[in-house]
Amino acid sequence: MDLSAINPVLLIASLMVAATPLLFAAIGELVVEKAGVLNLGVEGMMIIGAIAGFATAVETGSPLLGFVAAAGAGALLSVLFAILTQFAQANQVASGLSLTLFGLGLSALMGQSYVGVKPPQMEKLNIPVLSDLPVVGPILFGHDLMLYVAIALIAAVWAMIKFSRLGLVLRAVGENHDAAHALGYKVVRIRILAILFGGACAGLGGAYISLIRVPQWTEGMTAGIGWIALALVVFASWKPWRVLLGAYLFGGVTVVQLNLQAAGVAIPVEYLAMSPYLITILVLVILSADKSSAPAALGRNFHASR
Amino acid sequence: MKLTNLLTSAAMALGLATAAVAEDPTKVGFVYVGPVGDGGWTYEHDQGRKAVVAEFGDKVETVYVENVAEGPDAERVITQMALQGADLIFTTSFGYMDPTNNVAAKFPDVKFEHATGYKRNTENVSTYSARFYEGRAVQGTIAGHMTESNIVGYIGSYPIPEVIRGINSAYIHAKKVNPDVEFKIVWAFTWFDPAKEADAAKVLIEQGADVILQHTDSTAPQAAAQAAGNVITFGQASDMAEYGPKPRVSSIIDDWAPYYIARTKAVMDGTWTSTDTWDGIGAGMVGIGEISDAVPAEVKAEALALKAALADGSYHAFTGPITKQDGSAWLADGETADDGTLAGMNFYVEGIEGDIPQ
Repeated sequence: MDLSAINPVLLIASLMVAATPLLFAAIGELVVEKAGVLNLGVEGMMIIGAIAGFATAVETGSPLLGFVAAAGAGALLSVLFAILTQFAQANQVASGLSLTLFGLGLSALMGQSYVGVKPPQMEKLNIPVLSDLPVVGPILFGHDLMLYVAIALIAAVWAMIKFSRLGLVLRAVGENHDAAHALGYKVVRIRILAILFGGACAGLGGAYISLIRVPQWTEGMTAGIGWIALALVVFASWKPWRVLLGAYLFGGVTVVQLNLQAAGVAIPVEYLAMSPYLITILVLVILSADKSSAPAALGRNFHASR
Repeated sequence: MKLTNLLTSAAMALGLATAAVAEDPTKVGFVYVGPVGDGGWTYEHDQGRKAVVAEFGDKVETVYVENVAEGPDAERVITQMALQGADLIFTTSFGYMDPTNNVAAKFPDVKFEHATGYKRNTENVSTYSARFYEGRAVQGTIAGHMTESNIVGYIGSYPIPEVIRGINSAYIHAKKVNPDVEFKIVWAFTWFDPAKEADAAKVLIEQGADVILQHTDSTAPQAAAQAAGNVITFGQASDMAEYGPKPRVSSIIDDWAPYYIARTKAVMDGTWTSTDTWDGIGAGMVGIGEISDAVPAEVKAEALALKAALADGSYHAFTGPITKQDGSAWLADGETADDGTLAGMNFYVEGIEGDIPQ
């Protein structure tokens, strides 16, 4: 056992990479749930984003185009959910679950010819001077562009919900859709836009896995990150910065447990492997003991005639 | 009138189809643990299947199922193949051992071939494997010379004898050329999961490893090594040449084609019997991929000399003196390991740190 082999700087840098897919998916779902919609299809939208982004990046040679395609594909799949729940008034839980199953199957079909293919690499940002700083350089300035986009997205969503008129409307729709409707807001339209945003974010998260974190395509490669994102939103009490904290915690424990294994710590591998889930849930449960609660209209369908 | 014509031709077509079936090609089934496009283990088995098709043409019909989970699901897939009339079934992963034997007991007329296992409960089961540890000896030699940090990272799949043999063989030969070498081992508990394999490779690199050996099937560790820069890797099961000349500096290539052709032929001729095949570099079942120019010429020459010695049998990869990790003696000076001990190997040799997960 040799704990000195673990380099804390590299550890932090790689936990940020490990957490980013989760960050994308969770912040998208947070906006959806703030609008009063429960979309359990995050996993399905992520995996569709993963294969759409991967295929596009391989065909065009541009990872950035891949991310654009991934966001588009995720949003496209969420349209299905929007039609089912907002127009056909279908049950949100059932629709979301079927979206996940559908996404997993469809992505496996789309990915048939992409197994084992090598995608183009995304360049890391290389800012002269800043990237070469000790400690701060690798942690803050040594990543790829999408990682910063994810953090910026968290900040933007937080500011939007807290300070903007749009955020107020979104919350009104999520808390009491009848009141929002009475005030003249287009409840269905706002919810559809939120669902699309959630789909695009989930797609980006998926593509981050297939294009940067791994980078390769395999069937079912999102491996439950979408479900973790759903749990994270709840445990983070629908607060953007807590989502960031939870995601980094999860990514951190994931990376640390592998580091401990490589350093030869005598803890059975099975305990180490389950630790990210346990610790993240534990910490966020303790944090969510305050008064904040779910949007009041979460999971309830709205129709103007009722 | 038209309808009668239609019916007549349909009846004729049916007759033709029956005639075609009557010729009865030998049906060979393959059960794969990963996708055929994994670029490693399953890819090479599928190359073997294609070689069987190329050799016998119309006389064989092959079927395969990819991504079959080890365990109960495998039993379902193998049973299905046997029910569909397969004459010979290759099950190509260690974890199919019990399912293969269970199904074999129910279908005495079907021949079963299980890769890398050791159970042959009934007369219609054979086992076959390759002496990958011979290839690991060559890799260990190159790794020992090439590492500058003296840390070699090893991604293990499952703690089974097959994998432990590989770790021991690589370690012994790395240590021989570089007494300061140290192995860091991460168990992925999967044969094929690019995300996990990539994470494991990244962690090993972060902890100072500049050589990564993998006993998992995807090319993800190669991609991670390439992104990290100054790290070398070896192709596993397949050449993985697309990652050469660096990080991939050499590889172990499994060549199943001659064996698959021979066994299919044996079923056709009716000469098939239950056997236990374990071939190495000499018989051509284990190939060493082209050693790239990233390796200095003298190291390359040494590795090739070792390969030649292993091939002609003048050298055994486990030649004493070798001590077990716990300090007890295993092989005396000049003594070589017997196949029984190798087949059930469940200990590290002296110098490797850490415990084998139970």
